[in-house]
Amino acid sequence: MTAFQRKNDLMKPDKPVGIVGYGAYVPRYRIPASEISRMWTGGEGGVPIKEKAVNGLDEDVVTMSIEASRNALDRAQIDPQDIRAVWVGSESHPYAVKPTSTMVAEAIGAVPNTQAADWEFACKAGTEAMQAAMGFVGSGMARYALSVGMDTAQGRPGDALEYTAAAGGAAVLVGPGEESAVQIHGSYSMVTDTPDFWRRAHAEYPSHGDRFTGEPAYFKHILGAAQYLMEAMGRTAADYQWAVFHQPNAKFPMRAAKQLGFTNEQIEPGLLSPRIGNTYSGSCMIGLTAILDVAQPGDRILMVSYGSGAGSDAFDLEVTEKINDIRDRATTTEAYISRRSEIDYATYTRFRDKLKM
Amino acid sequence: MQVSRYWRMNAQRYMMANGGVATAEKEEEKTFTFSGRGTIYSYSTVYDAPAGFEAYKPYVVGLIKLDEGPMVTAQITDIDAKEVEIGMPVEMVTRKLRTEGDEGVIVYGYKFRPSVVV
Amino acid sequence: MGEHWDVSLRHLAWQAIEAALDDAKTTDIDALYVGNMLAGRLSHQDHLGALIADYSGLRGAEAVAVEAGEASGAIALRQALLAVKSGEIKTALVVGVEKATDQTGSEALSAQSTSLDADYETMHGVTPAAVAGLMMQRYMHEHQVELENFAGFSVNAHANAGANPLAMYRNRLKAERFAAAPVVSAPVNLFDAAPVADGAAAVVITSHERALAMAPKPVRIAGSAVATDGFALHDRQDILWLSAVTKSTQAALKRANLAIEDIQLFELHDSYTVMSALALEAIGLAERGQGWQLAAEGKIGRDGPYPMSTFGGLKARGNPLGATGLYQVVEASLQLRGEAGDCQIPDVKIGLTQNLGGSGATAVTHILRV
Repeated sequence: MTAFQRKNDLMKPDKPVGIVGYGAYVPRYRIPASEISRMWTGGEGGVPIKEKAVNGLDEDVVTMSIEASRNALDRAQIDPQDIRAVWVGSESHPYAVKPTSTMVAEAIGAVPNTQAADWEFACKAGTEAMQAAMGFVGSGMARYALSVGMDTAQGRPGDALEYTAAAGGAAVLVGPGEESAVQIHGSYSMVTDTPDFWRRAHAEYPSHGDRFTGEPAYFKHILGAAQYLMEAMGRTAADYQWAVFHQPNAKFPMRAAKQLGFTNEQIEPGLLSPRIGNTYSGSCMIGLTAILDVAQPGDRILMVSYGSGAGSDAFDLEVTEKINDIRDRATTTEAYISRRSEIDYATYTRFRDKLKM
Repeated sequence: MQVSRYWRMNAQRYMMANGGVATAEKEEEKTFTFSGRGTIYSYSTVYDAPAGFEAYKPYVVGLIKLDEGPMVTAQITDIDAKEVEIGMPVEMVTRKLRTEGDEGVIVYGYKFRPSVVV
Repeated sequence: MGEHWDVSLRHLAWQAIEAALDDAKTTDIDALYVGNMLAGRLSHQDHLGALIADYSGLRGAEAVAVEAGEASGAIALRQALLAVKSGEIKTALVVGVEKATDQTGSEALSAQSTSLDADYETMHGVTPAAVAGLMMQRYMHEHQVELENFAGFSVNAHANAGANPLAMYRNRLKAERFAAAPVVSAPVNLFDAAPVADGAAAVVITSHERALAMAPKPVRIAGSAVATDGFALHDRQDILWLSAVTKSTQAALKRANLAIEDIQLFELHDSYTVMSALALEAIGLAERGQGWQLAAEGKIGRDGPYPMSTFGGLKARGNPLGATGLYQVVEASLQLRGEAGDCQIPDVKIGLTQNLGGSGATAVTHILRV
């Protein structure tokens, strides 16, 4: 049906794999979109979300990834020494050169017998690490592999993205299918060279193509990847209890869902952007954690990420009985979102290191 | 530039574990890791910050009585200074302690915050 | 005492040394002991023994600098004492010197924090004031004491400093204004914390017989003792008990063959009011949790039974860090010799000086008498 569709394009490991533990992290601070609007539009005009999560002064992708990973480990209750890969996907790694992943690996007790690497692909760095983990585990190279999608996203003051560029994300521990709380039946990736959003090597803030980020970028890849995967898996939207898409705002994922035939009820639990903003590499992964906090055994979930530049990773997931054992072993995504402390624009500029000292 | 001074304490700072790595020769040397749970024994809000900590002021430092018994000195984070109380249950998190200027290393380590409800 | 922007480290030391030699009526010095805490950090100058010996006209003499945080001054005196007692050194000169203002701002505060545990305290943003804040907060919690209750110590120090022309702050402090001062590290505030300052003080140490022959009014060191405690506050059994203070006080009293009741003058390490309260408890003048009451009831005043900080103490005379221990000994000596001017306490024959390093990890106690 699409130009991309050929045989064997679906990613499916030889051995069954799945998610044995998952964990979210959202920092405590929130800046309402109305506060940003007060600064730049005199409060006039609409805002894309209600509020976004902001990291505190002592938080970055390393500290946030550590907490999400600890939550994933608490749920999985495995020996961290059995992890063979620690991968962190982000576009706000605190160092240009020096891996975030080794610090996370050290802090969760996974060193030294592990692979570690940082991933970068705009907002889909976390889900491509998940696909790699499927390969590691599915091939037998690793029993467990940890994939994190986490960001403290940058938004240029006054830019449309300042309303949504948020902090947060999730960690997913991939392991053998028989131990899994969520089976990963298959995945599909679709990429093209599409210049919708980028940040040059030494630039402080990203640039974007404005409305070009919509149809030829987000929608083309999200819809393309989702449709391909569903067709390859022989499913329709009605076969899934839940769906979660990358959430640059509230509108895009709702529209994508509708075009794919999903109802609002199906995407509601995973749609977090109105309350925490766009957590970039963490966006659809943290949406998935919120779904897993409420999902029942047997539920099928469609997850589709989107990274500018551009591409989408789609996953066909199925919740197992084990979800009921692991769910309550760590802080729920909703608990993090409810832990909320509102800040004004002045505090925001300080927390986001926009003050010259 | 200082690095080894920080690096040799990674295990203690990141996860409140001793640095022991069991090897064939030192099989008995096992890592002990604190649960990271404790209560605030005392606290002080620092308004006059030393070099490397200016950007964080005011910040709260505390004496944390760990559930296992020992006490540690650490910052209390994710809380407004006026909400801190002696006896408050706290849990360990790994956060940025300080940075060595704009180009030096970032030092991470344990801090404590009010326990987040599961 | 104060901010001597135009005076260098070596010059400060020399001024004190010259005054001490003049007072002792001698130039025959075998060894120089320098007490200093931060010259390496603040003035980029170490190797102070030879430097100060040379600059003060003592070239050729044995010379060494000793360091024990804020207790460096009294520790230097202790080393001189041991050397003279051993018979190896006949006459020793001890100078405590701190050029605190050679560095300002957060870098200076960073340097002042080096007497704490670098890996387990200062790495977490802790300063000397923060450690005092931790002790004070716990003290207030355990003993149901308010910040205002500590005012007596600072009010007394300022009242006494008013009579000391060399004091840094000679203004009177009203008790009701105490708790309203700007906060340094809550609950420690500006009126609670001793101001760090430049300063130097020196004494000449020799044997009893030689002293009687040499100087018109020698003062006897009847007891001298050093003790240490858990280095970091969190490692102590009880953060509100300065065990090194108890231990060094008892040892010094024993060597002097005296009891605490015999002491007529107390120059304690009043770097923070809570440290004064804790020291009074640890030396045995107050029950646990009651130290602050001695100040509140006026018992540490010039007319009280336990006169304290008679030249203003660290709080109002100023806190010259590594020189503090020598300031205390010089001030106590002036009192015992009846040469304290407007600061004079009548009829004092026995005085105690106590110098602390860090949050009390080092305690040095000396008992002087005439």
